[in-house]
Amino acid sequence: MSRLKEIGVKVEDGEAAPAEWGNALPILHEVGHGLRQLRETGEPTVIDLHALPFGPGDEGRLFDLLGRGEVEAQIQALGPTRIWETGFPGVWLVDHRNTEDERLALHIEISSVPEILRSQREDIDDAIVRLEACIADPAGTS
Amino acid sequence: MAARKTLGESLREHGVSRRGFLKFCAATASMMALPPSMGPVIAAALEKARRPSVIWLSFQECTGCTESLTRSHSPTVEDLIFDVISLDYHHTLQAAAGHQAEAAREQAMKDNHGEYLLIVDGSLPGPNSNPGFSTIAGISNYAMLQEAVAGAKAVVAVGTCSAFGGLPAAAPNPTGAVSVMDIVKDKPVINVPGCPPVPMVITGVLAQYLVFGKLPDLDEYHRPLAFFGQSIHDRCYRRPFYDKGLFAESFDDEGARKGWCLYRLGCKGPSTYNACATMRWNSGTSWPVESGHPCLGCSEPKFWDAGGFYEPLSAPLGTPGNTLLAAGAAGVVIGGVAATLAKHRAATAVAERQPVTVEELEQKL
Repeated sequence: MSRLKEIGVKVEDGEAAPAEWGNALPILHEVGHGLRQLRETGEPTVIDLHALPFGPGDEGRLFDLLGRGEVEAQIQALGPTRIWETGFPGVWLVDHRNTEDERLALHIEISSVPEILRSQREDIDDAIVRLEACIADPAGTS
Repeated sequence: MAARKTLGESLREHGVSRRGFLKFCAATASMMALPPSMGPVIAAALEKARRPSVIWLSFQECTGCTESLTRSHSPTVEDLIFDVISLDYHHTLQAAAGHQAEAAREQAMKDNHGEYLLIVDGSLPGPNSNPGFSTIAGISNYAMLQEAVAGAKAVVAVGTCSAFGGLPAAAPNPTGAVSVMDIVKDKPVINVPGCPPVPMVITGVLAQYLVFGKLPDLDEYHRPLAFFGQSIHDRCYRRPFYDKGLFAESFDDEGARKGWCLYRLGCKGPSTYNACATMRWNSGTSWPVESGHPCLGCSEPKFWDAGGFYEPLSAPLGTPGNTLLAAGAAGVVIGGVAATLAKHRAATAVAERQPVTVEELEQKL
């Protein structure tokens, strides 16, 4: 038993800030480049956060740094996709989830509107067909 | 079988909108470690892609690789089987059993001769070993592999056993176990090692084959560069501590608590090429180094025999095979010469492993 007592016990303060890995801040520089490019050429940028070597808490720290802006949206297609504009207009977070709500991909999209929010041409084609069918047979009897 | 539906048609039939399809493509790009700008290219390719027939053979294995595959969440194994590939034979996942199962394998091999993708997990007793060590339906692993390879377009060796011999081939190798590339000389072999491989890497390799219709670029051990192109060490979030010389010296010291580099606790990250550091495990929750344990180096040849997991690093000092990389990049079908060369490298890697110091490693990097 005496040996057990030799093991030092250090009580961590639960309120203390998590360790700083320093991997979140450099992303902001890349976001800055993307924003300037959007302003000057109109060309959007997408950063895949999945491919970055984040440590525990790095993602949360990046989210905190980016903050929340005025727009939030949710898409239901093969599971939810949550989209929000960050505190920096033109910088969006796009969080793709599957039907089990597990993350498929997490992107920072720098554009005026994230591409996936726009109605897609193929879906519009389909909408025209369905709308015409609806006008021809509003009760859907046939 | 030739008139299989394209993936685009299949998804539309299931009522998946274009948005859903674009999301699928974004997830696929992310999974294949491609830049998001590749999304439209993937969408165009997937729209036209036809589900390839896949035959999965399990030899001397623990089913861990299949367990890993079923944990893939992008695409899920259901998406994979029903939409992305036509999995025509897999002992564990198929409903059929016994004679019906073997009949399904023979039918798929006949219908898709020259076109199907053959996946193998597990090593197999070599041609000079007692075939009785591992058989399926009374057929030796060796005979079944030879028969299935004859009509395959390519062979994907999933898991370290299949890729490099793994646990069955570890000294003293009682069953005379060999890897797939020890046997297959005349067809391209793609190795997806790991014990088990990251689930998304297995599905990613299959998706990559589907999207681009060609075999991926490979490294000197026949591993796809998209997933095995960078070392664990280079992509490790603890790398800044290594650069500052801050190391955990035991599992309970201050350094371990503060998440410093695990190099001195035996981390094999510097000599291990795999995607754990970015793709992570358990739906992206964590990975061994993040939970405080050194990398074991499970995706490297002879990792069972390469010294203790907690011993100081032993690194293979071989140089990368640039000629092979060039051949892979040009999309050349890698045949017998490359297979023999890679096999030779795998066999000699263990002999070349020598203890290195931090200083020596620093110079090497």
